[in-house]
Amino acid sequence: MSKRLHLYIGLVLVLIVAGAVLVSYLWLPFAPDDTSGGRLAPPGGDHLLGTDKLGRDLLTQLLIGGRIALGTALGAVAVGGVLGLGAGLLAGFATRWLDDAAAVVLDILIAFPTLLLAMLIVAGTGASLGTAILAIGLAMAAIVARLVRVLVKQVLGRDYITAARVAGVSWPRIVLSHVLPNIAPVLLVNLALQAGLAVLAEASLSYLGLGTPPPNASWGRMLFEAQATVLTSPVAAIAPGLALVTLVIGMNLTADGLRLGVSDADR
Amino acid sequence: MLSYLLRRTAILIGSLVLAAVALFVLLRLLPGDPANALLPVGATPEQIEAARRELGTDASLPAQFLNWLHDVVTLDLGKSLISTLPVGPEITARLPVTVPLTLAAFVLAVLIAVPVGVLAAARAGRWYGPVLNAVAQLGIAVPAFWVGLLLITAFALRLRILPAGGFPPDGWADPGTAIESLVLPVVTVALVMSASLIRYVRSATLGVLGADYLRTARALGSSPAQAFWRHGLRNAAVPVIAVLAMELATTFLGAVVVESVFALPGLGSLLVRGISQHDYPVVQGVMLVSTATVLVVGFLGDLAQRLVDPRLRHPGAS
Repeated sequence: MSKRLHLYIGLVLVLIVAGAVLVSYLWLPFAPDDTSGGRLAPPGGDHLLGTDKLGRDLLTQLLIGGRIALGTALGAVAVGGVLGLGAGLLAGFATRWLDDAAAVVLDILIAFPTLLLAMLIVAGTGASLGTAILAIGLAMAAIVARLVRVLVKQVLGRDYITAARVAGVSWPRIVLSHVLPNIAPVLLVNLALQAGLAVLAEASLSYLGLGTPPPNASWGRMLFEAQATVLTSPVAAIAPGLALVTLVIGMNLTADGLRLGVSDADR
Repeated sequence: MLSYLLRRTAILIGSLVLAAVALFVLLRLLPGDPANALLPVGATPEQIEAARRELGTDASLPAQFLNWLHDVVTLDLGKSLISTLPVGPEITARLPVTVPLTLAAFVLAVLIAVPVGVLAAARAGRWYGPVLNAVAQLGIAVPAFWVGLLLITAFALRLRILPAGGFPPDGWADPGTAIESLVLPVVTVALVMSASLIRYVRSATLGVLGADYLRTARALGSSPAQAFWRHGLRNAAVPVIAVLAMELATTFLGAVVVESVFALPGLGSLLVRGISQHDYPVVQGVMLVSTATVLVVGFLGDLAQRLVDPRLRHPGAS
């Protein structure tokens, strides 16, 4: 598959979810807490996807879950991107022993897998969407910081940096006009990939009851609730999963398309 | 090799200590006094004080840390705040579920990923190469718990050939029942794991397929399969082995979530229960064991990579 195709399919999938989320702010089929449809109604009629075991419209829940999934992706990437970029830049510019120390600390942080780190933070502060986003973002920051550190080291070894220094350009200016533009493409690819992982991590946390608390519908928690009634209402166990896969695969394909574009530009 | 071994061991020990510190500090920095878990609603200040003394949280943080480290080194992980049972034996009791689940899923994932990944690379020109790649791409985006949910629906609820969850209370006393209850969890974790592994195997294989030594082997009369089998596989294995150690850690994490899907009494469900009950000695104990496992596996992975690739052993020569 060509890189264009990856990118376009990925963007279309992400835009489908983003579009549905935008629509959800203007219009919802039912109020989120409307239980007038009766419990576990089959798909069709007023309730396009049927209702859940409390009688809430599934399509409405699905759209609200989309807000949470997209919000998690944006929030976690913002937290992880800003903190990771800052820490990575500092480590990249650090001198010998400080840099070694930074590398070891980042290696150790990465040894804590995202989900464990998120669980650890949730353990102390209690389950909430904010906590989940912050926890996933922090775990992401370590990965981003390690990447940025390596990229910065590479850029700083280039001749044009030496030339800029000789010409008397200040370090902050070098960062802005030389380092950041040069590391941006690779960083962007990584963040797109991390966004998909963040969505999966939030869904896992919510499935385990450690993410978004009720009554807000996260796709992970919808799947947990659907597990008990999977034979009577299979749609409830399939629709949130399909939505999750659509968004995550969209983000992965976008990252793939961008990555192929970046390596093309390098050639 | 010896100097590398010494340096890598020093890094391992350093990271174990740092991980212990990080774990301790993180759980202590978090808001909420662990003593709360022992207390009824509306406890008097005297009760709070007594609870803190009992847990040792009235001491200074460095003193608490030294106490805890001493306990950990002597393999005492403290007692659960909820059940008051010692955490260490509780963890050991759950290993017969988590360890077989993780290892079996890991082996199965490798058995799926290596042939599929090699085929996806070697047959990139035929129709099924790209199809295998697309399936792997799809697999990465699917959350493990959903795969588990779908497998339960198909094989336990519809076909009724495997249990939907749970583990025999007497453990491995009856190996047949124990294995039966692990089949679906193992397949769930292995399917999800193999998806990302396939992509690594595929790109590693693509990397060696264009190599000069394969062309030389072909020129000397080997068939493409022979050439790849004798020379390519070992070279393609180098980057994959580095990833395998990481993947083993991910498999373990997958097991953590999947245990909850199948109501298996393993480390993962212990951790989830500990977190939702704010039972911090349990959380700390499970996290410590998991992190140590991940670090040691990473260490072994690095060593294995050097054993497979002599070029890494003598970096000056290349």
